[in-house]
Amino acid sequence: MGRVKVNSVSRTFKKEDGLSTGALDNVSLEIQDGEFLCFIGPSGCGKTTLLRIMAGLDSPTSGNLTLDGVAIKGTDPKRGMVFQEYSLFPWRTVIDNIAFGPQMQGIQKKDARRMAEKYLELVGLEQFKNSYPYELSGGMRQRVAIARALANEPKVLLMDEPFGALDAQTRNSLQNELLEIWEKKHVTILFVTHSVDEAVFLADRVVVMTSRPGKIKKIVKVGLPRPRDRTGAEANALRNSMLKLLAEERKG
Amino acid sequence: MKKKLTKSVEQKGLELISILFALTLWQLAADLIVKNKLLLPSFTDALASFLEVIENGVIFTDIWVSLIHFGIGLALALVIGIPIGIIMGWFKTANRILDPLIEIIRPIPPLAWIPFAIVWFGLTHKSAGFVVFLGAVFPIIINTFTGFRSVPRVYVEAARVLGCMRDRDLIRYVALPSALPSIVAGIRISMGIGWMCLVAAEMFGVSKNGLGHKIWWHYYLHQMDAVLVYMLILGLLGLLIDRSFRNYTDKRLLKWRSGEVI
Ligand SMILES: Nc1ncnc2c1ncn2[C@@H]1O[C@H](COP(=O)(O)OP(=O)(O)O)[C@@H](O)[C@H]1O
Ligand SMILES: [Mg+2]
Repeated sequence: MGRVKVNSVSRTFKKEDGLSTGALDNVSLEIQDGEFLCFIGPSGCGKTTLLRIMAGLDSPTSGNLTLDGVAIKGTDPKRGMVFQEYSLFPWRTVIDNIAFGPQMQGIQKKDARRMAEKYLELVGLEQFKNSYPYELSGGMRQRVAIARALANEPKVLLMDEPFGALDAQTRNSLQNELLEIWEKKHVTILFVTHSVDEAVFLADRVVVMTSRPGKIKKIVKVGLPRPRDRTGAEANALRNSMLKLLAEERKG
Repeated sequence: MKKKLTKSVEQKGLELISILFALTLWQLAADLIVKNKLLLPSFTDALASFLEVIENGVIFTDIWVSLIHFGIGLALALVIGIPIGIIMGWFKTANRILDPLIEIIRPIPPLAWIPFAIVWFGLTHKSAGFVVFLGAVFPIIINTFTGFRSVPRVYVEAARVLGCMRDRDLIRYVALPSALPSIVAGIRISMGIGWMCLVAAEMFGVSKNGLGHKIWWHYYLHQMDAVLVYMLILGLLGLLIDRSFRNYTDKRLLKWRSGEVI
């Protein structure tokens, strides 16, 4: 199970000059088990902040969150995260990066490695088992980061613009791979992106946010059957309506 | 074998010529210009003196004793300096408590401690080791501290969401490996400073043997060729220690950094 509830979450940051920035304003949201949810919104509207709060790396100023009815407090291996920037431990080989989570759960290094191999296979990087991160391309690094997060068998996978730094081709193939993994692993995915295309291709629902302080502007259901056609007429229509919503935010 | 030799001569030709040229210049300057063994022993004088100390074995005792002094000081500096640097780098309160103390002691030149070293430890290995320790410990503390302070936040957060939550584990599995390049750099600086302190401490009579002690001893006897031999040995040994340490760390500890431009 991976049902996430966000109840009127707000977050303000105090600045040194005494003023404060509102990053999130009264966000309420309910995410179903196994759902693929995308967040989209103007830069600085609090998407990363929301994801960090769900990961337990930050706490709301007011409001609360639950996972399967249990309050979210602090980090937990049940909630995995893939970061926007490269976050692999450069001093660990690929396999040891993936084995890190299980190892921290108290599993012996040897067994943790054996478990990790399964996930290495899942992202198709068996040949790079003993490579160090510096030997990998950006796309491969994010694949390993996904495998590393999955090795803890999380119920929720939080992803903060994980493909933002990749070229279009790599990005497309990683999107396809992610969908395959999602179907195989039955995990709830909360995915932040700044690309409308990406959101329409991946999501069951897309949460469009307002500019700062971030509120939910609209939740768009993407009812398209999978596998999806990136350039179909319905996809285009959805894309246009979302772009219009975002344009309103940029003006306002 | 012969091929290999000629090949390396070809490759290192310029370097070889440079050294040979300098040696010749030295020999000529000593023999024809200075003409005073006290002021400038020639290359052949130094060579003869070198063969002598090797033959009677004194040099090996001196090297051994100096390495003991150096080893004691450096080991102590590592065992004390790294934990202090870790604690200061990771816990803000510890930093506020320890930082003023360290900043008061650190500017005292290690050699100023020699009287106390002698009063406390006598003319023993410990005494010389203590002076080396004082020279070596601060770069290790500071570099460990800096390394810990500059651990990228994303590594710590990634570890935390993966279930690594206790300070002890975060230090062991994330901060320490991430800070290792900085710590290793600190150790190299420490070894350099420790080596200098070693010579000075031995010269000032903190010890009855050792390379530094022998330099002073031969100076009193006006055997400047022997002084020169000991100087060169100190230089070579220092170089050797630094090279083997760097070799070890590059191959073993910091293999994961080979992609970076340092
Ligand atoms: N640790 C922080 N301290 C102060 N302000 C922050 C911090 N993190 C985020 N903010 C502010 O909160 C707002 C939202 O940031 P963020 O969640 O990163 O936006 P997004 O990911 O949507 O681009 C921004 O104005 C940012 O400056
Ligand atoms: Mg962001």
